[in-house]
Parts: sequence; structure tokens; C-alpha cells
Amino acid sequence: MIHTEGLTKDFVVGRKETVHAVRGIDLHVERGETVAVLGPNGAGKTTTMRMLTTLIAPTAGTARVAGYDVVREPAQVRRRLGYVGQGNGAGHGQRALDELYVQGITFGMSRRDARRRAQELMDGLDLSGKERTKVSDLSGGQRRRLDVAMGLVHAPELLVLDEPSTGLDPQNRANLWEHITALREAHDITLLLTTHYLDEADTMAERVVIVDHGRVIADDTPEALRSRHAGDRLTVSTAGPEHAARLAAHLEAWEATTQVELRGSTLTAGIAAGSTRVTELVRAADAAGIAITDIQVRRPTLDDVFLNLTGRSLREAGTAATEEAAA
Amino acid sequence: MTATTAPTPTRTAVTEPPPRSLVRDTAIVLARELRPTLHDPFSVVFSLVQPIFFLALFGPLLAGNLGDGLPGGAVWQWFVPAILVMISLFGSSTVGANLLFEMQTGAHERMLVTPLARSALLVGRALKEIVTLCAQALLIVLVMIPFGFTLHAAGAVLGLALLAVLGVGIGSFSYALALAVRRQDWMFWLVHQTVLFPLMILSGMLLPIEGGPGWMQALARANPLSYVVDAERSLVNGDLTSGSVLWGAVAAGLTAALGLAVGIRSMRRTD
Repeated sequence: MIHTEGLTKDFVVGRKETVHAVRGIDLHVERGETVAVLGPNGAGKTTTMRMLTTLIAPTAGTARVAGYDVVREPAQVRRRLGYVGQGNGAGHGQRALDELYVQGITFGMSRRDARRRAQELMDGLDLSGKERTKVSDLSGGQRRRLDVAMGLVHAPELLVLDEPSTGLDPQNRANLWEHITALREAHDITLLLTTHYLDEADTMAERVVIVDHGRVIADDTPEALRSRHAGDRLTVSTAGPEHAARLAAHLEAWEATTQVELRGSTLTAGIAAGSTRVTELVRAADAAGIAITDIQVRRPTLDDVFLNLTGRSLREAGTAATEEAAA
Repeated sequence: MTATTAPTPTRTAVTEPPPRSLVRDTAIVLARELRPTLHDPFSVVFSLVQPIFFLALFGPLLAGNLGDGLPGGAVWQWFVPAILVMISLFGSSTVGANLLFEMQTGAHERMLVTPLARSALLVGRALKEIVTLCAQALLIVLVMIPFGFTLHAAGAVLGLALLAVLGVGIGSFSYALALAVRRQDWMFWLVHQTVLFPLMILSGMLLPIEGGPGWMQALARANPLSYVVDAERSLVNGDLTSGSVLWGAVAAGLTAALGLAVGIRSMRRTD
């Protein structure tokens, strides 16, 4: 559905300054897949989306979307694509239903079909009763759902969502995703989304593409990324520092653990296949007379993956400059 | 929370490409632009505030100070046609701000990712000025008739047409400006105000330019609005065969042609 080769975008921002927003991205998304592009602000996510949706031309490289070249055949790409940008697709001065209707007409539907489809989507996305409400008078969550509806009017093969849930409160985020998931299952839509919410990429996407500084630094299922780039984390509290020290010595000798760190009566360690080894650990401690008061195995998050790949936390890594240049 | 009921769409849009035409695209954009106005017709009055102040507060001063010295006699016959041109200058020149707003909220971006022709995105918007201006002009004329303003039917129809053509031109320029300054939106009003007042004063809308110094008269001759104002005065007063009508039509036509050309070019080059 999406195939890019060496996709590159430079922005000339000053006389001598060029921002290399996207540096040779190879992205492949197959029909029916749900792929999340994850990265800090300024990583080049939005710029990539804008190239794929024909909004800006790449500086170098090629991109084929739904079988068509984004530079040579933009009209074909636009026909097949649903796009939900970072802003509100629906005009603030318009009424909600009107915008959906216009979108339908725009994609070549008859008036009757467009009207029917608009109403279907209003109902389907929990917007019934808001048909005649001005877009600017909708709540943030409603407006975002309307944006998603706008992207779906013409039943596209591919839906591109650029940070669909940014700025929404947790409840509205969950609600939006519930709708998107249901729509995806109902229509076998290929979904490409960007997000900087880790949990979102983790739970929604079948595949996560991590970008940083305009490059793809990892591309796999969330599960595979986790096991390859970050292991489980074990935290054990013991009855006292002496117990902890003895357990630490024990763990150092155990091939299943790495990076054993001691802090008072608590110790932490990386542990391979964490949850399956815990009973083994408890039994060993018991036999050695070490009193364990609490034991936790934490599954790694995609942030741990990002941290291991780049040495930075995803939350701190943002650089606003390139994202702004792309706007 | 209700679960999403699945609207099952068919993908006819892709398997059977609908024939696209520039006219249909333009009509779609025009209809979309008109919809908020139709839902809230009172909104056409808002951009009339400034012209109405000129009419109500400047008109009586004109009468008191110049009175019969005005070319063409009665003050209202001279001033109302100028106010009609002023509506276009004050109203149509601000429409770029609407586009700027839609660029900021994301609606414009969304439309750029649809199959709509880029040129239709501009032309459809610009054509909306015809509707707005005709409604506003009719309103002004109706208000002024009780104050002694008289209208010649044929001239008035042609006068409206002239206004419409001018409005399409000024509107297009306004959109082109919005597209040009989209990354520094404060520039829009700066340029707008800088251009608006010289154009207005140097068109002889408010006071006859004949009373000004030579350099002002030279500048006025270079101002296309002067010709439109003269033509509008002739038309509204029933002087349909006056040479000024022809020159006004040429000036308005050129403004529209140039405005559309610049506007379409800007729209095609936006990213």
C-alpha cells in the first residue's frame, strides 16, 4: 500500500541553513496493516506524512501510495487516500454535517449518497444530534471524531492519521481509538498513524516504525522490538540490606540477569523472559534464607526501546525546530 | 458509549472514477463557501460597518461642505455609487483572512488532499464575492432610497455586474496575499491596511480628486479603482453610454483577470 525508497526532505530555512527533516526513509506498509510511526517531535514524522499525502514534494527518493507515485500521479493518490492531519479537517465556520456532505461530493458521490454517507458517519462516530452544530462549537473530542469521519467519507483504502489523539484527554483518546479500531475491523482499511503516545503505538499497531532525526531506527512488531531492544526489569525488595546483598551476589552468578543494581534493601536487574523465571528466583532465595518482601517484573515499554536505541528518553528527545519548519 | 455501528461503504469512488470537471470543482468550493452565509444571512451586514459609517457620518459632511460643488450634482447620487465600490474594497479585500484561518485550523490542508483542482479552490472562493457584494449593494441602495437617492434600473444592473467583477478581482488578490504570508499571518493585516487607504483616497471615492494637487491626480489616474468609481457613478445615474463606463469595465476586468491569475498561481504553489 505504501512503498518508499530513500524518501528525503530538506527545508531551506535560512541563507546557509538547511534542515534535513527526513533523511532517506524506506517504509513499506502492506494492505490491511496498521502501522504506527513513533518518534519525538522533530523526528520527521509529520514531514513524512505530508510527502505521502502529496502535500509536499520529496527532495529526493520515491514514494508510491496505493500503487501511484506521489509526485507524478498525485491526483490518483488523493482519490484513494483518507487523510486526518494534525489540524481540524472540518472548517470551523461550517456545520458538522455540511462538511461531511461536501467531502462526499468532492470525492464524486451523488448528492443522495453523500448525504446518506455523511449521516452514517455522524451516527457511527457518536456525533448524532450535532449535525447542525458549527464545527467551532463542538468539543475537542467531537471535533477530532468529525475529522476522522471526514477522512473516511469516501471509504479510502488507506487512512493516514497524523497524531490523531494529541490534545485529547485520556477518556476522549480511548473513545477515539475505540471508534478507529471498530472502523478498521469493519472495512479492512490500511492504517498509517503517527503518535508520540507510546501506549497508543503499543496497543493499536501491528507494527511500529521508530524514527529519530529523520531516519528509521527500528521497524518491527511492538513485541519483537521489546524483546530485541529492551528486556524485562526485575525489582526485588528484601527484609534488609544484608538480604539484598546476598541476593545480588546470587543474581550476579545467574545467567538470566544483567545489570544488577543494589539500593539499600532493594535491588533491580534486567531479567530475560522475566515472568517465567520468577518462581525459580523465589525458590532459590527461599533455600538461601533470603527474605523477599516484594517482587515486581516490569515489561519494557516502547520508551525503554527508544532509550536503548538512542540513549535518550522519548519524552525528552523532542526538538521543535524541524517540525515547525515542516508546518 | 455506543459502539461504532459499521457503515458499510462501497468503493465505487475508486473503481469507477467520476469525471472531474473544473466547473464542478469550482461549484463545490463556491457552495461550501456560501453555506455559512446562507445559514447566517446577517453576517453579510458585518462587513458593511465601515461603509455605513462613511455613508452616515461622512456623507452629511460632504453635503454641508461641498454641496452643489460636487460634479454630478446631488450628494447622494455622487456618494452612494462610491460607497458601493467601497463595499468591495473593504469587504472583498478581507476574505483572505478566512483562508488564512482555514490554513491555520487545517481545513485548507484537508481540501488539498482531495481530488479538487487547485485552481477551483481559488476561483470558487473568489466567485463567492459576487453573491456577497450583490446582497450588500442591494441593502445599501434600499437603505438610501428613503434619503432621496434615485436609481436607474438598467444602470443599476450593469453597476452590480461591474461591482461583481471588481469584487472577484479584489477577493482573488486578498487570497493571493493570504497564501503569500501564510507563515507570518500578522503580515496580512499590515499589507491590507497599507494598501487599502491609499487605494481608497486616491480613487476619488470620498472627495473629488480634481481638487487635489497634480501629483495626486497623476496617482489617481494610475489607480484602477478611480475608473471603476467613475463608471459606477455614471451607471447608477443612468449615463450608460459614457466613456467612463467603458474604462471602468476595462479596469474591473483587468483587476479580475490579474487577480485570478495571481491567485491561481499562488494556490498551485502552496504546500
